[in-house]
Amino acid sequence: MSTTVGIRPSPEATEVRRRRVAGLGALAVVLLAAGAVSLAVGARALSPAEVWHGLFTAQGSDQRLTEITLIVQTLRVPRTVLAIVAGVALGVSGALIQGYTRNPIADTGLLGVNTGASFAVVSVIVLFGFSSPYQYVWFAFLGAAAAGVVVFGLASIGRGAGSPLTLALAGQGVAVFLAAMTTAVSLSDQASLNALRFWKAGSVSGVGFDVIWPVLAFTVLGLALALTTLPAINLLNLGDDVARGMGVNLTLSRAVGIVAITLLAGATTAACGPIAFLGLMVAHVARYVTGPDYRWLVPCAGLLGAVVLLVCDIVGRVVTRPGELQAGVVVALVGAPFFAALVWRGKFKTV
Amino acid sequence: MNETAVKPSVTPGLRLGSASFVWRPWMVFVTLLLTAATFLVFCLSIGVGDFPIGLSQVIATLLGQGERVDEFVIMDLRMPRALAGLVVGAALGMSGAITQSIARNPLASPDILGITGGASAVAVFLVTVSGGAAAAIVDSVGLSVAALAGGLGTGLLVYFLAWRRGIDGLRLILIGISVSAVTEAITIWLLVTADIRDVARAQAWLVGSLDNRSWGEVWVALWCALALVAVVSCVAFQLRPLHFGDEVAAGLGVRYSMVRAVLLLCAVLLAGVAVSAAGPVPFVALVAPQVAMRLARYPTPPLVASALTGALLLIGADLVARTALPVTLPVGVVTAAIGGPFLVYLLVRANLKGR
Repeated sequence: MSTTVGIRPSPEATEVRRRRVAGLGALAVVLLAAGAVSLAVGARALSPAEVWHGLFTAQGSDQRLTEITLIVQTLRVPRTVLAIVAGVALGVSGALIQGYTRNPIADTGLLGVNTGASFAVVSVIVLFGFSSPYQYVWFAFLGAAAAGVVVFGLASIGRGAGSPLTLALAGQGVAVFLAAMTTAVSLSDQASLNALRFWKAGSVSGVGFDVIWPVLAFTVLGLALALTTLPAINLLNLGDDVARGMGVNLTLSRAVGIVAITLLAGATTAACGPIAFLGLMVAHVARYVTGPDYRWLVPCAGLLGAVVLLVCDIVGRVVTRPGELQAGVVVALVGAPFFAALVWRGKFKTV
Repeated sequence: MNETAVKPSVTPGLRLGSASFVWRPWMVFVTLLLTAATFLVFCLSIGVGDFPIGLSQVIATLLGQGERVDEFVIMDLRMPRALAGLVVGAALGMSGAITQSIARNPLASPDILGITGGASAVAVFLVTVSGGAAAAIVDSVGLSVAALAGGLGTGLLVYFLAWRRGIDGLRLILIGISVSAVTEAITIWLLVTADIRDVARAQAWLVGSLDNRSWGEVWVALWCALALVAVVSCVAFQLRPLHFGDEVAAGLGVRYSMVRAVLLLCAVLLAGVAVSAAGPVPFVALVAPQVAMRLARYPTPPLVASALTGALLLIGADLVARTALPVTLPVGVVTAAIGGPFLVYLLVRANLKGR
């Protein structure tokens, strides 16, 4: 009696799957190409041969090429790696936060991550007189993490714990408060205002591997947590009751998701400054490419975020040579009009 | 099947001619309470200062029966500031309530309709770029008027960019966010390249302030706000059905496209009035409707209660900023520092009660 019926996927399902795989593949190829270009472009343009040489020659072995080696190994490689790591983290966390709050305008700043980091930066500058990003980057991360924990804690008190609406509004309330505190401090202390304006612009340059390795570690941890929750987000978006009926542990799933978002967005924000718009933008574009299935949407958003941030960083290096435009500024100036055009043409569905 | 315990919870209606209303005692009570509280804080705010005036004298003076000294201090010196706070708070509260209702999104606010971003970018440009045309503009029309023009221009740009066979809530806020991101990037870039002293001046303008208001500015803001509120009150009764979606609204006889367009234009202009009177005071428009909703136990942002909450928040914050704090802070900062935690408190309390 027991005959297993092989369910053949419908032509549409095959088509959707083909489109998703093709989209991810294309993004990966573009990312590799952009990474290669990123190593060559800058105030001192390098030829492919010079880049190759700079990558694989130890410093000091050849006097003529030391300069190139130095540029590639200490400037171009770190910022390229950071742009990719930060882009993936922001893209993934942007898609996750929209999934958890079920709100199409939620961005990674919603959990208070950006304002928490900003407040930590201005506070330590006033308290300890720090002046270099190297000194305050971990305080920024602590501030971001603390804000995320406080928001989730407040949203989880009592019944209706961590519901999308409560989470979004509690995050907004905490963010509003922290932003006010940041403004109050920066208005009274010019050194912190000076640091804040550069930090807020959002840039992937100027930090070395001693910052990038920990950011990478937090990002990998966050990504691992994020990947485990993706099936649960799909169910959560059917409504809490349905999700519970399908066996999702709501509290656990939300807690893991929030920790993942805080790790991803917090580490990135600490290293680069707030680039919240990137996450919002790529989450919508990724949803358009892959459809609403978060198992595909989130990886696509991650790759897309890396591509966009890397390309914007390259554009920022080129347009005002020999000066540079911060990647965060370019993301908004170039990405937003493009995004608005897609919105206007009706490409996006609600979450 | 035990249905004896089920009691119909239909609230009785009020009928006046062809108009009918749902009688909501709690809503009316909260609205009256907010009105009384706003009036009280308004009078207190007028009485406080280097020359303190008692509450009874303030009320007597407002009714035209005060002494000459009090009348001079109140009407000439303190009234513009207090009235500006009242108008700005009410305008922002109502503007936020309309925006959140139309976008059907509690995170929406006129801040993302471009007003604030546009005004900030123009103001920071005029403050940081010295000399040439920028100085000429500031000299001839003044910083706040130029900023208002920038804000309204950006707001209308968002409005028309989002227009495609009518206004759609999601399209509007996504385009608003995009345009705001551009203006914010411009602001940040201007701040990064500017001299640090100009940055401090620009930052002070960016948080909004009620200092040094003149009667002229306040009258303009007051009359504009009243005119806009009049328009809103003519269309507002058609706002509720919009919450059920376009199809249901159309079925109920609401011309949703027209209603949305008119109300949204009013929201943009109300936010513009607020910017012109106090600069871009942040967060009031976002927080006030959500607080009012929870105070009034109403399912959608109530317009009148939101306006009152906004006004109360702003003049209350101004009072706190002038009396209780050791350092002088702009009213925008204090508003956010009070409004944010109060919203969180309301959320947590509601969750604890399981409502």
